[in-house]
Amino acid sequence: MKFDLTILMYIIPSVIMFCCGVYGFITRKNMIAILISLELMLNAVDINFVVFNRYLFPGQMEGMMFSLFAIAIAAGETALAIAIVINVYRVVKNVDIRELTKMKF
Amino acid sequence: MNLNYTIAVLILPFLTFVFLGLVGVKMKKKAAGIVGVCSMGVTAFIAFAAAFTYFFGTDQGQVIDGVRQQLQVFDYTWMQFTKNLVIKIGVLLDPISAMMLIVITTVSFMVHLYSLGYMDGEKGFQRYYAFLSLFTLAMLGLVVASNIFQMYIFWELVGISSYLLIGFYYTTPAAVAAAKKAFIVTRFADLGFLIGILILSYYTQTFDFITLTSNPGAVISSAGGATFLGCSAMAWAMTLIFIGGAGKSAMFPLHIWLPDAMEGPTPVSALIHAATMVVAGVYLVARLFPIYCLEQGTMTIITVIGAFTAFYAAAVACTQSDIKRVLAFSTISQIAFMMTSLGVASQMLDNGVGYMASMFHLFTHAMFKSLLFLCAGAIIHSVHSNEMTAMGGLRKYMPICNWAFLFGCLAISGIPPFSGFFSKDEILVAAYAKSPLWGIWLAVVAGMTAFYMFRLYYKIFWWNNPDYGDHKPHEAPWTMTLPLIILGLLALCAGMIPFGKYVNLARTVEYESGINWMVAGSSVLIALIGIGLATKLYLKENPKPDRMAEKTPGLWTAAYRRFYMDEFYQYITHHVIFAHVSTPIAWFDRHIIDGTMNMLARVTHSTSYSIRRFQSGNIQSYVWIYLIGALALATIVMLCVI
Repeated sequence: MKFDLTILMYIIPSVIMFCCGVYGFITRKNMIAILISLELMLNAVDINFVVFNRYLFPGQMEGMMFSLFAIAIAAGETALAIAIVINVYRVVKNVDIRELTKMKF
Repeated sequence: MNLNYTIAVLILPFLTFVFLGLVGVKMKKKAAGIVGVCSMGVTAFIAFAAAFTYFFGTDQGQVIDGVRQQLQVFDYTWMQFTKNLVIKIGVLLDPISAMMLIVITTVSFMVHLYSLGYMDGEKGFQRYYAFLSLFTLAMLGLVVASNIFQMYIFWELVGISSYLLIGFYYTTPAAVAAAKKAFIVTRFADLGFLIGILILSYYTQTFDFITLTSNPGAVISSAGGATFLGCSAMAWAMTLIFIGGAGKSAMFPLHIWLPDAMEGPTPVSALIHAATMVVAGVYLVARLFPIYCLEQGTMTIITVIGAFTAFYAAAVACTQSDIKRVLAFSTISQIAFMMTSLGVASQMLDNGVGYMASMFHLFTHAMFKSLLFLCAGAIIHSVHSNEMTAMGGLRKYMPICNWAFLFGCLAISGIPPFSGFFSKDEILVAAYAKSPLWGIWLAVVAGMTAFYMFRLYYKIFWWNNPDYGDHKPHEAPWTMTLPLIILGLLALCAGMIPFGKYVNLARTVEYESGINWMVAGSSVLIALIGIGLATKLYLKENPKPDRMAEKTPGLWTAAYRRFYMDEFYQYITHHVIFAHVSTPIAWFDRHIIDGTMNMLARVTHSTSYSIRRFQSGNIQSYVWIYLIGALALATIVMLCVI
């Protein structure tokens, strides 16, 4: 039997991914976990880019291009964030954001 | 002939002021003083060069109808607001400003030199020289001003430097009070000056002196028809400008600051409160004289105020016991002479001899009055007191000072051939020409002048021989005596200058050079009577003066207390203005205006305090709130669409 992939089949997992990311971002207290949640949201958005490009404008490549671009940027951003987290850890020996109140007035 | 370099007389004192003000404290005291003296010497040299080039220049068209023309030798547009409202800094040379350049730089140089000795070892010596330079700058800027706004700027600068120098001994409460009094009284008068300038320039559309004075008729008619309280706008303007001048020149009833200003160092009194700043008012009236000429009402006010002040101050001077106060009141009286002389002058009477006489007296007075003050400084320096009772018989201890003081007294009394004789004689001629009343009035005041000056002289140098104990009075160091000798010679000879040839109004016939012997003879006679009376009463210690004072207790005490003018002001300011005007205004300010502001602040504070929880700094909660908001918004949009 022929099995058609509809747009919903891409979008629903993407929405689930995004919601997981939001949930994790709000509830996790570990900075690494928050970072992972952030990546999850970003990847959900990347999927959306590709899917909408594929289904709405099949002849064009902008969506693909942008998702590649976003992946590259995300890699750099993650590296930066990890570096910050490591440095924070070196200073306060902790990555729990509830403890990181030193910069508050 | 190029006189552009005259601007240097402003730049040089300014640089000295900045230099001494910034790095003075790092320097040795003596070095700072020498810098001040040298810079002043160069300034004086430039000013003399400019004035002599101006007076003896022979260029075509420089002298028309026997009058030297005004020369605008420097002009710089400083600020341009609109087409007419332009503030310029310029240098205007005309006979009176060139004459003032000579007067100011001479006296200032003498005072700078004298202060090396007088202020020796004082705390703040460098600051003193910085302020002297500032004052010199301001005063020179005032006299060479090419427009009335520039004059006003420098006028205020003169006021502030006077304030700073009166309050030089700022640890003495009396000096601080005197400085404040001088500043506030003159500032109050300057308000009149400013309003006058605004009215004048509103109608004439210009600040420029040359434009204003070259066609005074146009100035008067420019405000044609505009009246206020029954007087024309121009009469108001000129009277208000005169009030500014009266404040600076200590005319009654704005004279109260000058006697108190004697709290400052004595050389400062000589420079500012005798020779230069206090004649600024006279100079202002002289500067605008062509316009004043056409406002006869204002001229009458000037005459009456001047004549009354001359008499009042002379009467007070007869009873004061502080030698500097006597000199202060004599200054007020002499400036009032100049003012009266301007008031009685007009183009029609004797070709404006009063104008010339006023400037002549200003010139000679600057020399002999600064001489008298510097002598008083030397006396105070050696006796360490201002009071006459602490002095007596000083002629044996201080011969140079004795002779210099005698020269000054003879000059101010108007005894030929001293300078005061010539100028006072011209003033009396002008006064008689206007009306015999003013002539006789001023002659009487001149007699009183001779009396109180010789009272002062005898009380200091003769009277008795008190026991000075271990601390014998001594002659001052050469830096102090040299200026006394120079100024003494000037007091002797300054009257010989054919002044009318250089400073005069446009005229059709030559001045009758020489002396009106009727007037001169009577004025010398009355001066001699004054001196004789003083000699009889004060040459040797005797009880007669005290007995006379006891016989007329009311009059003597009133004169000694300056006819209660200070008490009158005290009453008006404290019991009328402060109690009934300022207190309600202060209440309104504190409770209504401040209250509104406080209420606003309190409301803002309490609101922000109650909502400060939102601003937690916790990003996760922000995201949570954002998410809920976004979802709610999306729901609303969807519901609307469906």
